Amino acid sequence: MRITVDQDACIGSGQCVLSSPEVFDQRDADGVVVLLQDSPEPGLREDVHEAARICPALAITLTPP
Amino acid sequence: MTDVLPEMPMFPMARATGCPFDPSPELSRRLGQAPVSRVRLWDGSTPWLVTRYADVRALLADPRVSVDVAQPGFPHTNAVSKARDAHMKTLMQMDAPEHIAQRRILTSDFMIRRMEALRPRIQRIVDDLIDEMLAGPNPVDLVEAFALPVPSLVICELLGAPYTARDLFQRVSRTLVMDEPDPEQAMAASEELNAYLEELVDKKNAEPGDDVFSRLAVEQYRTGAMTRREIATAGQLLLVAGHDTTATMIALGTTALLAHPDQLSAVRDGGDPALVANAAEELLRYLSITHTEARRVAREDLEIGGRLIRRGDGIIVVKSIANRDPSAFPDPDTLDVHRRARHHVAFGFGAHQCLGQSLARVELQVVYGTLYRRIPTLALAVPLEQLTFKENAVFYGVRELPVTW
Repeated sequence: MRITVDQDACIGSGQCVLSSPEVFDQRDADGVVVLLQDSPEPGLREDVHEAARICPALAITLTPP
Repeated sequence: MTDVLPEMPMFPMARATGCPFDPSPELSRRLGQAPVSRVRLWDGSTPWLVTRYADVRALLADPRVSVDVAQPGFPHTNAVSKARDAHMKTLMQMDAPEHIAQRRILTSDFMIRRMEALRPRIQRIVDDLIDEMLAGPNPVDLVEAFALPVPSLVICELLGAPYTARDLFQRVSRTLVMDEPDPEQAMAASEELNAYLEELVDKKNAEPGDDVFSRLAVEQYRTGAMTRREIATAGQLLLVAGHDTTATMIALGTTALLAHPDQLSAVRDGGDPALVANAAEELLRYLSITHTEARRVAREDLEIGGRLIRRGDGIIVVKSIANRDPSAFPDPDTLDVHRRARHHVAFGFGAHQCLGQSLARVELQVVYGTLYRRIPTLALAVPLEQLTFKENAVFYGVRELPVTW
């Protein structure tokens, strides 16, 4: 799994950080998403899928490696 | 599909007697029979009603729909909200790209890290209010004694206003969201709050602290990026959006848990913060208190759920029914604090999803995790059937909640 995030679309809801804090963070200036790692280990994938599903800005894309 | 429901019913639709936690049965029926169909509003207009979970998410994230209340087809909730919208433009009425630029001025103040940093102060507010309640009369109205003061005090903390502002915040917010608001009273309340908040900007500019208004005063007002009035308007949005909503979720959430004792005991006795957090999500889904729903207008022709919506048509996006859609939530009419419910749309979806959701989550987690644990014998002081509910208010809630312990 490979993750990409669209920082221009992000509205800083923080939903991804709640779902998967190991993978997503928010930058201090405006709460916009920061990707901590783009190829998470299998144990984190379910949380990452949830993060992508609930992102209100549809700013998280998951692609096969 | 319109053949099933030939008449165009009025919206909103009444809830069933004896089912205070469920949406209107007529509204629920549309999910299966006419998921995208027209209704008639107070002013005679006939916007579309969209009810399915997938359609609701798709529409709320669709750049072809607009929140611009000045568009002719926009489906206004009532005459007062129409009048207020005409003279006050907040984030909630802005489309891209203006919206994202304005929203980003405030997003850092509501990011998860900052809200988590507020948690100890919110915990102290909640503990102090419970101490006061336990030392006071029994029974008591939980709405007055607890549900309303929690968000009032938290907003004081957040904006950096003195706790004495709590009465003003409570009074103004009540005037703005009451069942049948009087337009003149609502305008006067809005002006009073604006005047207070503009003065607060000056105070924070002179003596900044660690709060939202200090940051806005220093970063926006001092630099000329925003006027005092614009900052006051942002403050008013935070108050209106963050006050009665949270108070309502505290009081109605407690009512729902008291009516479902097995669910209450799971929350109270589990000693598990993750379960309390999950219960907060489930209550947000199950109760969907923003029952005036999300309102939009189509900027272009678009197709949704097999129906063609024309440019200029109004759209009411029914989050409360989407949150009861069995395709997204199995057995949706059951309150189940163990279910996965994080994908609910109670905070909306798309670019306008609630700015303060992380604050609301922390408030509700602290309240649900503390109130029942500290008062384990908490019970209704009157039969459930005697409670009355705010059928026509902006947020659906319980009027008074007499409790005993």
